[in-house]
Amino acid sequence: MTLIDLAIDAILVLLVIGMVMNLGGLLLWVERKGSAVLQDRIGANRAAILGKMPFNLGIINTLVADPIKLFTKEDFVPPGADKLLHTLAPIVAVVPAIITMLVVPFGDVITIGGRTIELQAAKLNVGILYVLAMVSLGVYGIVLAGWSSNNRWALMGGIRASAQMISYEIAMGLSLIGVVLTYGTIDLQQINRAQGGLLGGALPNWGIFYQPIAFLIFLTAGIAESKRAPFDLPEAEPELISGYFTEYSGAKQATFMLVDFLESIIVAGLITTLFFGGWQVPFLERDGLHFPWGGFYPLPSLLVSLTQVGAFTIKVAFFCWLQIMIRWTLPRFRYDQLMNLGWKILLPLALVNVMVTALIVLVVQSMK
Amino acid sequence: MAPYIFYILAFLLIGTAMAVILHPSPVYSALSLVVMMSLLAVYFLFLDAHLIGALQIIVYAGAVMVLFLFVIMLLNLQTEPQENQRKTIRNVAVILCAVLVGELCYFLGRWGSQGELMMSQQTLPEGFGSIGALSGRLFTDFLLPFEITSVLLLVAAVGAVVLARR
Repeated sequence: MTLIDLAIDAILVLLVIGMVMNLGGLLLWVERKGSAVLQDRIGANRAAILGKMPFNLGIINTLVADPIKLFTKEDFVPPGADKLLHTLAPIVAVVPAIITMLVVPFGDVITIGGRTIELQAAKLNVGILYVLAMVSLGVYGIVLAGWSSNNRWALMGGIRASAQMISYEIAMGLSLIGVVLTYGTIDLQQINRAQGGLLGGALPNWGIFYQPIAFLIFLTAGIAESKRAPFDLPEAEPELISGYFTEYSGAKQATFMLVDFLESIIVAGLITTLFFGGWQVPFLERDGLHFPWGGFYPLPSLLVSLTQVGAFTIKVAFFCWLQIMIRWTLPRFRYDQLMNLGWKILLPLALVNVMVTALIVLVVQSMK
Repeated sequence: MAPYIFYILAFLLIGTAMAVILHPSPVYSALSLVVMMSLLAVYFLFLDAHLIGALQIIVYAGAVMVLFLFVIMLLNLQTEPQENQRKTIRNVAVILCAVLVGELCYFLGRWGSQGELMMSQQTLPEGFGSIGALSGRLFTDFLLPFEITSVLLLVAAVGAVVLARR
């Protein structure tokens, strides 16, 4: 590996992490404004620079004011808490969330100066398993936060979170098996490439048309994994104050908020990659636009690459928005409803989906 | 795998493994075990067994240890007092450990003298560690052990349901 390859890899990694973190910050604003729109309020609009100055910059102002407020607040560790784990928990929670997106391809290839770069930060051939591994590691931060706070509500929140995440991980993993069976690979870039072209001459050849049930299960389990409403039992305010991060303040609490947003970005990224063609744009191929009626419009390779990256970004942003809308639309589940949904509905449905997909794959293979 | 990586990993691995046993707090013990499992996964990654490495994290670090922690927290286990009444157990453990170490030394010495521990530098076969290569072996050469293991897991699951019903 030459120095240039190393530099390219480093740039890709930093690019993905930068994109994810910035989108996370942006989502905080979308959430505040979006919830206001849904509840017929105006929402955050009073963050003016230097008090009464006329510098009300709208979005940017709120975007900057919120993190500054959170990060400059007093950081308080309760006297009864386990100091080491209390400090470690937000870090343990945020690291898997940041690095999961590295494996998601955000574009096909880009050719710069005769060098073809694969637009995927971590080119792992076990992509889906890596995602599942990181998701399962994400539980630790939450559980440790709940336990180390030495507060019974925080502990309840932590226990709820771990039970919920373990339950929904199973349905999530099984729904992914349907996708893996369809494409015959666990490499996310290969799954993406397989979704190019058209289905029946009109529809984009996306995973949702092959695995609609897996999509619904994955979306549900994904929202449950990111502990957002209607699955936010671990931080149910009326019962548990604020759940596992009751005893957190300042930057550490902001980190837990960020983890929630990062997880919804991960869910959005995976839904895009697995079910909505990832960076694939209908009709757009490597050399230009191919229309089903025979039209061909050539485009420069660089423009195609950038369009695909843009398409991926827009799709991810859409599914982030969808999750925020779901969050502010649906009321919170009761705990037994949550467990029933996970174990008695999603799990059997995912199993049936795996069986039916396997059967269809076998039939199609034997017909060839 | 470069030797220095091996030694760094081995040092950390043994350190965390000892912390599992020696730390008085059950939560810290469990967390040390999590770190140990993850370090084992790193071993597999350096040995080009990416699939096993990922599975190691998903199954052991991700699923099994989360359940351990869950149970520890649910039962609210506190730091265990160092009691003298456990002396018998400790003595038995020391004897058993001595036997185990003795066995290890004996067999390692025997194999070492026969030169079987000296691994020759071989190139990896095509697709080594990939999901296809692994499942190919698993469902042809090792089908019977695989199926027996799955039956064992099924029995355990049924047993758990039966016990929960009581």
